[in-house]
Amino acid sequence: MNAQIPLSSYTMTADGRKIGAVLMEMKNITLRFGGVKAITDISFDIREGEIRSIIGPNGAGKSSMLNVISGFYVPQEGEVWFRGARRPQMKPYEVARQGIARTFQNIALFDGMSVLDNIMTGRLTLMKTGLLAQSFWWGSAEREETAHREKVEKIIDFLEIQAIRKTPVGRLPYGLKKRVELARALAAEPKLLLLDEPMAGMNVEEKEDMCRFILDVNDEFGTTIALIEHDMGVVMDLSDRVVVMDYGKKIGDGTPDEVRNNQAVIDAYLGVSHE
Amino acid sequence: MLYREAGDFKTSYVADSQTFPIKFDRIRYYIVVAIAFGVVPFLINDYWANAVFVPFLIYAIAAIGLNILTGYCGQVSLGTGGFMAVGAYACYKLMTAMPDVPFVIHVALAGFITAGVGVLFGLPSLRIKGFYLAVATLAAQFFLVWLFNKVPWFYNYSASGQITAPERMMFGIAVTGAGTPAWAKYLFCLIILFALAWLARNLTRGSVGRRWMAIRDMDIAAEIIGVNPLTAKLSAFAVSSFYIGIAGALFFSVYLGAVEVGEAFGIQKSFLVLFMIIIGGLGSIFGSFAGAAFLVLLPVLLKNILVGQFGWATDLAAHIELMIVGGLIIFFLIVEPHGLNQLWRVAKEKLRLWPFPH
Amino acid sequence: MPETVFYALEVMLNGLMAGIMYALVALGFVLIFKASGIFNYAQGVLALFAALTLVGIMEGQVPFAHLINAIFGTSFHTFGFKVPALVAILITAAIMTLLAVLVERYILKHLVNQEPIILFMATIGLAYFLEGFGDVMWGSDLKSLDVGLPKGIDETIESLTSDWFGYGFFIDRLDIVAAIVAALLVAALTLFSQYSKQGRALRAVADDHQAALSVGISLRFIWVLVWSIAGIVALVAGIMWGSKSGVQFSLSLIALKALPVLMLGGFTSIPGAIVGGLIIGMGEKLFEFLIGPLVGGATENWFAYVLALVFLVFRPQGLFGERIIERV
Repeated sequence: MNAQIPLSSYTMTADGRKIGAVLMEMKNITLRFGGVKAITDISFDIREGEIRSIIGPNGAGKSSMLNVISGFYVPQEGEVWFRGARRPQMKPYEVARQGIARTFQNIALFDGMSVLDNIMTGRLTLMKTGLLAQSFWWGSAEREETAHREKVEKIIDFLEIQAIRKTPVGRLPYGLKKRVELARALAAEPKLLLLDEPMAGMNVEEKEDMCRFILDVNDEFGTTIALIEHDMGVVMDLSDRVVVMDYGKKIGDGTPDEVRNNQAVIDAYLGVSHE
Repeated sequence: MLYREAGDFKTSYVADSQTFPIKFDRIRYYIVVAIAFGVVPFLINDYWANAVFVPFLIYAIAAIGLNILTGYCGQVSLGTGGFMAVGAYACYKLMTAMPDVPFVIHVALAGFITAGVGVLFGLPSLRIKGFYLAVATLAAQFFLVWLFNKVPWFYNYSASGQITAPERMMFGIAVTGAGTPAWAKYLFCLIILFALAWLARNLTRGSVGRRWMAIRDMDIAAEIIGVNPLTAKLSAFAVSSFYIGIAGALFFSVYLGAVEVGEAFGIQKSFLVLFMIIIGGLGSIFGSFAGAAFLVLLPVLLKNILVGQFGWATDLAAHIELMIVGGLIIFFLIVEPHGLNQLWRVAKEKLRLWPFPH
Repeated sequence: MPETVFYALEVMLNGLMAGIMYALVALGFVLIFKASGIFNYAQGVLALFAALTLVGIMEGQVPFAHLINAIFGTSFHTFGFKVPALVAILITAAIMTLLAVLVERYILKHLVNQEPIILFMATIGLAYFLEGFGDVMWGSDLKSLDVGLPKGIDETIESLTSDWFGYGFFIDRLDIVAAIVAALLVAALTLFSQYSKQGRALRAVADDHQAALSVGISLRFIWVLVWSIAGIVALVAGIMWGSKSGVQFSLSLIALKALPVLMLGGFTSIPGAIVGGLIIGMGEKLFEFLIGPLVGGATENWFAYVLALVFLVFRPQGLFGERIIERV
């Protein structure tokens, strides 16, 4: 059931990408809300350079798991290991500074700001200018702003949203908002990118665009991606490995093919053949 | 065709992120600054200074301060009156304790002291949000006013319980005290406002401002993308209180000359400044100016019309003023929650296309 | 027992009575907050407006007399007849209901789906407007209100306690009436919201606006209903406070006393409003009695707020409020 990828330094996938060592490892995570167990004793790892999916029916605990990774929920039991070290209990912003960025299931953009400013917020973890230097707009503040603006413009080009750069995000349609959110997460130059249902509520064309961007991000920047998605076709096409959750427990883990043929997964989630 | 941006191309990111990216705006800004510094001081008299210009300049400082906290960082405060009182009393104590230090230093120090007090009362914002926090800031308002009323050390044990500003000079010209010329009051406040507005603009356009706005728009998401809510909120409280403290110091020393704390810095003051930023526009420096101008001019106008022209009783005029202010607040919130600033922006967008709207 | 202990007890008892008054105002806040998520800052001014209107009607004042006289140079003041208290109360209740309809139509309807803080600021605007409006309509001079409630020190209690403990407790009869009225009001509101059709609809709206709309509950009707009830609660509070200390602007400031009560009790809990009111009423009187003389007195101005603030830092949802679970 476990990963088939050997623990050597890296392996090549069929399409020529490198999959490296373990980047993040969740060890026996249990998360409770009062008496309710959202996650029960789950372990899995995420390797450098791979696209890792978490799937499962509604209420399986997928989003809770993502929230544990991004530090928003603190599990009662278990350990989170990141880049070879056990992560102490951290605030979400400290996790972000470690290089974990994410998007949200229900879009969480800053509605009062323009697209450009929203994406610039993604780089806040990298900006160092202090209050005083900034208030006088001394050279360093202006230089920093310009340098980061250049990086952000590259991402804007990459995601093809040049035309809406200065539009307030509140005015954008849903599909573009999702794209801006991805841009904001990318702007942080994350080591690990978490995507919470990046394709929910999109039409086929928008989904295709989004798939292309996800693959390009992984391919061009080598960013490790962990994502939750309901669209099975998308998950099976994109992912290198898949974790399957049901009622807070892990019921499957492996390559898309393995998961597809796992009886427990078929029973709990995929049901009888879709085709 | 009076107002346009066509043909105004930017070739660098610096040029693109300047304060007035459109040439026309830039020119108008230079003209306004030139008039404010070069023309008004020569024409101003005591009535205009005391009724309109000086209160406008001081309230604009307070409004920028509150706008930083409320408009940019999303933390509603009803403690503005109390923080202005801190600025005023700090300024008074400094003026009387260190008479030889230049007055500007007193004003600046009063701002820093208020910033400290603001951070202290801003601490609960880490646990409580929204109007819970708004109500909590009332604690600051009531406690501070009570403190300055009850502890004689703050008013140097004066018999009346009031504080009175002694005369202080800048470059040989009085800026506080009874003998201050109207133009000196005006110019002193104008210079401080100009500097502070420039600083506020710089703060709000860069990374610090984005941290504040991220907290305002969605605090949980902001924390997850890496904004430390502690430093973001407390820095907003500090900067905001710094401005409000300076406004309080000027309000006492330059504008009124003598104050009684409950009267000058009561809860009505907190609401007045809050109304200024609602009417002017939350999250906008220009809006702070517009709102302050509006609410300073409105009573003067009403008083001139109702009392001066119609000969109505002053209390009746005051009640009608309450109704108008209250009605306008509701009107603005319904029609344009972003205030005069947004109306101005919409007007400019229309002008940009005029007279060929397609 | 020594005299001072009895005196402290008496202070506490009077604090409790004052706390009931606070709770009365807080009740109006809770009702509106539960049904619409609006933090109604104007609740205190509603009480003032209700009391002003009641006095005006009882005394047969001409509404807007000042304005009319100022415009036309006339000198109307009263119609020259008096209206019995009960009739005046009914008319005032009708006016408060009308006010609720107007507020819904001209303000709330246009602010659906706005952020809570915008609505809060709108009610501050409403408070200003109503304060000015009430003053223009009825004049701003101090008026005494007497609807026939018993007043003064209750001698029976004083002589009884004097016989039992050797210390006569001073308790105002009006406070006792207020306590009884508050109890009745809470009982009536509880029955209404638990057992009537409108009450059930009201609780549904409080829980989830969208879901309530989808099962055919008229949001606008519920809002009018809630604001009417809040207006009538304000009328009761206005009568009590007005009878105690006269009707004038300062009456609206009881709203400021009710706010810390709410923070303590939780914005959504009726029992919270009562318990919070009692704690604050008693706490501030006791604090003023024990600590006040040491720091110069008048601590009632801020004690309630500082207490609520300290409390909130440790329990942000208040005593009885529901725990807030944050989600992404």
